[in-house]
Amino acid sequence: MNTELFGIIVVFLGTIVLALPFGKYIAKVYGGEKTLLDPILNPIEKVCYKISGINPAKEMNWKEHMVAMLTINLVWFLLGMLLLMTQQWLPLNPDGNPNMSPDLAFNTTISFVVNCNLQHYSGETGVSYLAQLWLMFLQFVSAGTGLAAAAVLFKAFKAKTTAQLGNFYNFLLKSCTRILLPLSIIVALVLAFNGTPMTFQGKDQVTSLQGDTMQVSRGPAAGFIAIKHLGTNGGGFFGANSAHPFENPNYGTNMLELSAQLIVPLAMIFAFGYFIRRKKLSLMIFGVMTVGFLLLAIPNINMEMNGNPAIAAMGIDNTSGAMEGKEVRFGAAVSGFWSIVTTVISTGSVNAMHDSTMPLSGMNELLAMMVNAFYGGCGVGLLNFFIFIILAVFISGLMVGRTPEFMGKKIEAKEMKIAMIIALLHPFLILAGTALATAFPAQGAATLNNPGFHGFSEILYEYTSSAANNGSGFEGLGDNNLWCNITTGFVLILGRFLPIIGPVAIAGLLAEKQYIPESNGTLKTDTGTFGLMVFAVIVIIAALAFFPALTLGPIAEYFSM
Amino acid sequence: MKTNNQSLFQKELMKEALRQSFVKLNPKLMFRNPVMFTVEIGTAVMLIVSLWTLSGSKVQGSFAYNFTVFLILLLTLLFANFAEAIAEARGKAQADSLRKTREETPARLVNGQTISSAQLTKGDVFICEAGDIIATDGEIIEGLATIDESAITGESAPVIREAGGDKSSVTGGTKVLSDKIKVSVTAEPGESFLDKMIALVEGASRQKTPNEIALTILLAGFTLVFIIVTVTLKPFADYANTPITIASFIALFVCLIPTTIGGLLSAIGIAGMDRALRANVITKSGKAVETAGDIDVLLLDKTGTITIGNRKATRFYPAPGIEEQQLVKAAVLSSMSDDTPEGKSIIELAGINPLSYQLIAPRFIQFSAETRSSGIDFGQTRIRKGATDAIKNIVEKAGRVFPREVEDQVKEIAGNGGTPLVVAENEQALGVIELQDIIKPGIRERFERLRKMGIKTVMVTGDNPLTAKFIAEKAGVDDFIAEAKPEDKMNYIKKEQSEGRLVAMMGDGTNDAPALAQADVGVAMNSGTQAAKEAGNMVDLDNDPTKLIEVVEIGKQLLMTRGTLTTFSIANDVAKYFAIIPALFITAIPALQSLNIMQLASPQSAILSAVIFNAIVIPFLIPLALKGVAYKPIGASALLRRNLFIYGLGGIVVPFVGIKLIDVIVSLFI
Repeated sequence: MNTELFGIIVVFLGTIVLALPFGKYIAKVYGGEKTLLDPILNPIEKVCYKISGINPAKEMNWKEHMVAMLTINLVWFLLGMLLLMTQQWLPLNPDGNPNMSPDLAFNTTISFVVNCNLQHYSGETGVSYLAQLWLMFLQFVSAGTGLAAAAVLFKAFKAKTTAQLGNFYNFLLKSCTRILLPLSIIVALVLAFNGTPMTFQGKDQVTSLQGDTMQVSRGPAAGFIAIKHLGTNGGGFFGANSAHPFENPNYGTNMLELSAQLIVPLAMIFAFGYFIRRKKLSLMIFGVMTVGFLLLAIPNINMEMNGNPAIAAMGIDNTSGAMEGKEVRFGAAVSGFWSIVTTVISTGSVNAMHDSTMPLSGMNELLAMMVNAFYGGCGVGLLNFFIFIILAVFISGLMVGRTPEFMGKKIEAKEMKIAMIIALLHPFLILAGTALATAFPAQGAATLNNPGFHGFSEILYEYTSSAANNGSGFEGLGDNNLWCNITTGFVLILGRFLPIIGPVAIAGLLAEKQYIPESNGTLKTDTGTFGLMVFAVIVIIAALAFFPALTLGPIAEYFSM
Repeated sequence: MKTNNQSLFQKELMKEALRQSFVKLNPKLMFRNPVMFTVEIGTAVMLIVSLWTLSGSKVQGSFAYNFTVFLILLLTLLFANFAEAIAEARGKAQADSLRKTREETPARLVNGQTISSAQLTKGDVFICEAGDIIATDGEIIEGLATIDESAITGESAPVIREAGGDKSSVTGGTKVLSDKIKVSVTAEPGESFLDKMIALVEGASRQKTPNEIALTILLAGFTLVFIIVTVTLKPFADYANTPITIASFIALFVCLIPTTIGGLLSAIGIAGMDRALRANVITKSGKAVETAGDIDVLLLDKTGTITIGNRKATRFYPAPGIEEQQLVKAAVLSSMSDDTPEGKSIIELAGINPLSYQLIAPRFIQFSAETRSSGIDFGQTRIRKGATDAIKNIVEKAGRVFPREVEDQVKEIAGNGGTPLVVAENEQALGVIELQDIIKPGIRERFERLRKMGIKTVMVTGDNPLTAKFIAEKAGVDDFIAEAKPEDKMNYIKKEQSEGRLVAMMGDGTNDAPALAQADVGVAMNSGTQAAKEAGNMVDLDNDPTKLIEVVEIGKQLLMTRGTLTTFSIANDVAKYFAIIPALFITAIPALQSLNIMQLASPQSAILSAVIFNAIVIPFLIPLALKGVAYKPIGASALLRRNLFIYGLGGIVVPFVGIKLIDVIVSLFI
């Protein structure tokens, strides 16, 4: 068997196997049960609560949860703006990087607060080490925010009828200290041993074999890169992200980073089942997500490995795959796989240039972000998927002759309204953003690297990546300008917080409703048939809405090749 | 009045429905349905575009093409309106035929004056004698009569209605066969249940049910998605230098939004109420029908539902040392004033006319739910007949011994599914009368069907627990309430509801009223008291206790029809995309010809075919919307698989075939 493929399969299956016990552990963490790390972490958490004056035992209803979430996110945002706009004068800036412009600082802070990490700057020249550390902090807490919101959902379906959904700060802190931190330490150590820098010293001067002098940027990168993947953030320490030899030194670290992106979203699926004691439901969710993931990943691996027919037609050997924009140390197959992992999950870190992937590979990357619920980001993937479950439950519930119910709770007009708004929001942000950029070419189209269909894909990709809080770039679009910084910033805020508030609101509303015991006539939501229904809903709502846009971009490009 | 075999489209109904289809084009009425309202806007735009092309502009294509698109869109609207109108017309016709029975009947008031039924107001009292048609709905306040209710129920056997009991209601249009009654009018003209039902079917007061609202939100959401898709396509297409005509934009939009279900939604709801009416059940709200589909627990009275009619006395068992003669005599005497079928059957079994006994100043003790015994006092004699524990109580209170043999006999009878009645004279137990139930044939299978639907059946009976258990097992019900007092029913309902279950029950008596009101679906028998009818949310004209089962199926059918047609409608989008998207772009981007997987002849024919398909699928589905999707009790998962296969997969495949066929025809003309 092809060793490239073998490596992918081993990493994918291995991560799933690891995610099972890790999911069980997460369920225990949110359930407040005893875990292995209690002796070390309990005192640390106690100190945190003492300083902040938070009582972690205070139960919140869904509204209080969301207020808490928005409040603390606002604090992070304001601190971030302040820091980035004054970094030049603050310590830990050995390279003397300048202050950020307000619009770039706005875009950067927002994008890190919302777990997107759309980077309109380059790490080497754009930020100081202090700012990098702050961004790293945001990578922890933004992932923690998503996880904590998902924990509220867990809690909502555990009890039969309740308004008491745990404490947001408690969930947030535990997500960071008990889920993200331990894994980050392990991953960062492995990266550091493989050559990723972890230093506060400034640029290094190196003399190349040709005798030229080079300035090589470095910094506290290993820690940054670990959480970048584990927290499904994706923001690179260096501009070239995980294609940079310091961020991703070799094939081994590449596979580690792949696994690190997958593990938390996968484990959250299983944690849900363990937490509410419905493992079959987890299996259904995992099944649907995995089918969707593979349907996108396998064609990409295949297309990238087969190479570009246009290049083959020029008589150039293409047997190692479509290598344009790819790193030789990773190869075409793994880069194709990575391109879907990073877009399906809202990581957005890249180890190759997505702009250079084959047209339909580009389409799959877009589709992965348009759906944004096949695994998805830390916690938020599950929340996005939950919306599709609600829509599928509604339609299929009717089909079995009962007013729709999910886990013993009736889905009524109010829940449908929220679910529909959230389902609408994603296509709205992507299509409206793209439409504005094409309608005003001076701001959008004129800055493109490529004309025609591919240029259109570049615009579409930028807004899709923003709305999906993904953060990867097709690049090509000149994105550090006032227009892009501000518009994508707002797309990011809406695309982040509404899809968290919506599902949590639905879960909270459902939790307060009376529980209806299951009977023979009740629709079972943990079956393959229902899974098929959810899949169909995802395809029709999330994918079909983008069909016209995709036709003008990657599909037209493919057929014109 | 059984008109179940009516064809779906009768001539006179069609005429009215066609007229209404145009009336309903009024945007004010259309606004209630967001999906079709947007289609109407699209239609108006196409009319303007057609007129514009008429003025000579060629940018938007020929006049003929644009006008054809306009006509097809108009047809789509008319089809949708027609669906609603035909459902309304059918419901109205059904209600009218019921109403016809009560037109302009003269009523003789107590003061001797005769007025028309239309002039009767609530509280008026009128008199009916043998041969009279009862003028309007009312309650008997004096007398007893046999009444022919076949005009309403279709049942030719006359029924007895009398004042004071649980069967005191009379219905307008029915005929008194014997005796004389005084009837008090219970509803103002135009406010009877039937009038309310007719108002529900007609547009004016029809409220959207909760589920209909939720579904409308879903459909409006889909519509919004496709508004976004269509609107943003304009700058995309401009960027790609592929001009798209207005007709194409509107065609894309109309084809993608769920017009099929949007057009049929209200028809489905009306048809649900109409089906209930066809089953001779008057519903007071559309919501009640919907709720019926969700019922988890059915409370069923044993008598008449599970067993045929009433128990019959089959044997006398005298207590030790008592002559059978003495027991029989006491049994007969105690049943003298007992008009219940059980009482009559005791006299029948004894073969003695109770009037042959000469009694001095007899005083009859009526049965009450509290004492659970009845009897007669005359001279120094006190005879009581009743449930074992009630009589035992009386005997032991008087300081006597309740014989063990009698107790054993009681247990044996109860264990065999019989009902024991103990007779006592002057606080001494004389023996036991055995009453036997006959379980209705086929009822076991019906309960099996209900169980598969996930519905728990509960038998309510006044019998003792042993008897109840025996019958419950034999009939296959899941649970039973024995020795039920009215508040037991109420408590049972409350308990089930507190656990989140929805409960349906049927009742007739005044003491059923609180329980009927408490139940999520309360079906009152038409023969029942006014209080019961007010309390319930449905009235069964047939007085048939098994009707509950039908009502549940009607509710399920209603929801399923909505679900399956929604699925079908949304699944259609796949094929429509593949028809229209290539048509939009292939002129400017010939490479996209590969997307034209149906090989449609030309962009214009592709767009026309898609819109035509979108329009004609509505009338094709009207029969399904009106009849409802058949409910099969095969369990929820199997049902979902089945419906997903038929309507989901069908919804994907059918339009591919349909659009291709239409294209073959359309391309002959272009």
